[in-house]
Amino acid sequence: MKKIARQLIFYSALLGIWALLAKLRIWPPYVFPPPWGVGHALWDGFSDHSFWIGIAVTMKRMLIGYSLSIALGMILGLAVSSNKFLEETLGGLLVSLQSLPSICWIPLAVLWFGLTEKAILFVVLMGSLLSVTIAMEDGRKQMPKIYGMAGRNLGASGFRLFWSVLLPASLPFIVNGMKQGWAFAWRSLIQAEMIFLSLGLGQLLMMGRDLSDMSQVMAVMILIVILGFMVDGLIFRTMERRLQEKYGLTA
Amino acid sequence: MSTNHQSAYSPVVPVGRRAGVRGDVFHGKPASSATTSPVFPVSESVVPKVALDGISLSYKTTSGERLLALDNISLEVRVGEFLCIVGPSGCGKSTLLHLIAGLNPQTSGKVFVDGTPVSGPGTDRILIFQELGLFPWLTVGGNVEFGMRMKNVSKAEREERVQYYLRLVHLSKFGNSYIHQLSGGMRQRVALARALATEPDVLLMDEPFAALDAQTRDLLHDELERIWAETGRTIIFVTHNVREAVRLGDRVALMTFRPGRVKQEFSVNLPRPRHMEQTDVARTAREVLECLRDEINKSLVEEYEEEYADEKDR
Repeated sequence: MKKIARQLIFYSALLGIWALLAKLRIWPPYVFPPPWGVGHALWDGFSDHSFWIGIAVTMKRMLIGYSLSIALGMILGLAVSSNKFLEETLGGLLVSLQSLPSICWIPLAVLWFGLTEKAILFVVLMGSLLSVTIAMEDGRKQMPKIYGMAGRNLGASGFRLFWSVLLPASLPFIVNGMKQGWAFAWRSLIQAEMIFLSLGLGQLLMMGRDLSDMSQVMAVMILIVILGFMVDGLIFRTMERRLQEKYGLTA
Repeated sequence: MSTNHQSAYSPVVPVGRRAGVRGDVFHGKPASSATTSPVFPVSESVVPKVALDGISLSYKTTSGERLLALDNISLEVRVGEFLCIVGPSGCGKSTLLHLIAGLNPQTSGKVFVDGTPVSGPGTDRILIFQELGLFPWLTVGGNVEFGMRMKNVSKAEREERVQYYLRLVHLSKFGNSYIHQLSGGMRQRVALARALATEPDVLLMDEPFAALDAQTRDLLHDELERIWAETGRTIIFVTHNVREAVRLGDRVALMTFRPGRVKQEFSVNLPRPRHMEQTDVARTAREVLECLRDEINKSLVEEYEEEYADEKDR
């Protein structure tokens, strides 16, 4: 409870300073909007449904792109971690490709798919696939070997060893990979949407810029932060913490 | 309230310490003769439960040189015998257990169980790892059930056996708990129940009580001795604690430090149940320790090479 009180004080103070600075009118309101202006923009956005549509469109893309990258990333990660040849060749390539910011895939995506939904999904996929793959690969390497040995010792082998022992044993690492994948996919998607101008939150952000409507820009930024935090901070982190506790991975 | 259901299950008890009974009679295998091949050379009229014949193991270190970890180890363990293997840390005694469990291959030599050579893991030999390796994603009951599930034992029988073995280790109330909710001593007992539930003939235990406090360890010694007497399993128990070995074992085999060899074997003919603090246990332990001291020194020199050399110079 004390933690919540401290957080409440912090955010109130932040709002207070913001309001004060806006009141002092050091910068004009179209450059530095007051909190109530942003609140107003949020209200308008939701009441004319443009924010609801933006959220729906963005979340739908996210679900498709993310699911694809999780499925492919798990298969790739498994392949790379269980085959020495693949690890030395494909594994190295994946790591080096990860240094590429996902926005760099946009020109390629536009040339290949045009300004379409497919192009956006491609950017999301490339943005998160690599991190999911690498996290899966790392996870399988970090997984304590004792579980596999204990499983074999108790008579498990082949597919049952994989299904009943190796898979649950690597669950904390899989969740970690999924979490990383989500973070990367989220960033890639917003970036792609800002360039493609095809509904979605990214476009709403750019629309605010084009209209010099700083209040809308900040309102959408707040939306992106809240949505991202809800999934990453609440769902994934809780899941991860519970798993780590259960698996005795906490120091 | 019918307790019939609970007590209905009684495990097949393999041959206990009844001299002269062949272990393999109970497994429906032909008695070792020319028909089972290859056959371990029968030294007496009784086929040992476990026999190690000239086991050696060497491996390449990261610096590229070959290291001989185990050197020509031969040992025989009788049916229902409690054998303790003692040695300084790093002598390869854990590795030896892994070989018997079939989890690692040896470089040369053979492991025989009931006269038949071992070629991989088998549920007739269950190893209790030093780190236990309990599955955190399963409940206590789920862990105990695991080996039976892999053997496709029916659900009804699994449940009955889980109950039976949890009661045997005094954990009946914890069947639905998860591993992280248990204390160290309780985890030990889960590992023991999990191993016993697959009803192995041979129980391999790798320093299972090393990380426990003295009180818990003493308690588990008593329990292990009782369970061993009740179930008649053959136990090979590895430890670096000489007194623990003497307290538990019918026989104590002493291993040398790098390469691991069997230096000497001691029969412990003390009456049971025993206790760690008993004077005759302490006396026997001292005899063994005398013999072990050189090996411990060797391992210390290796581990603390530099400091040790410094002290000598002074």
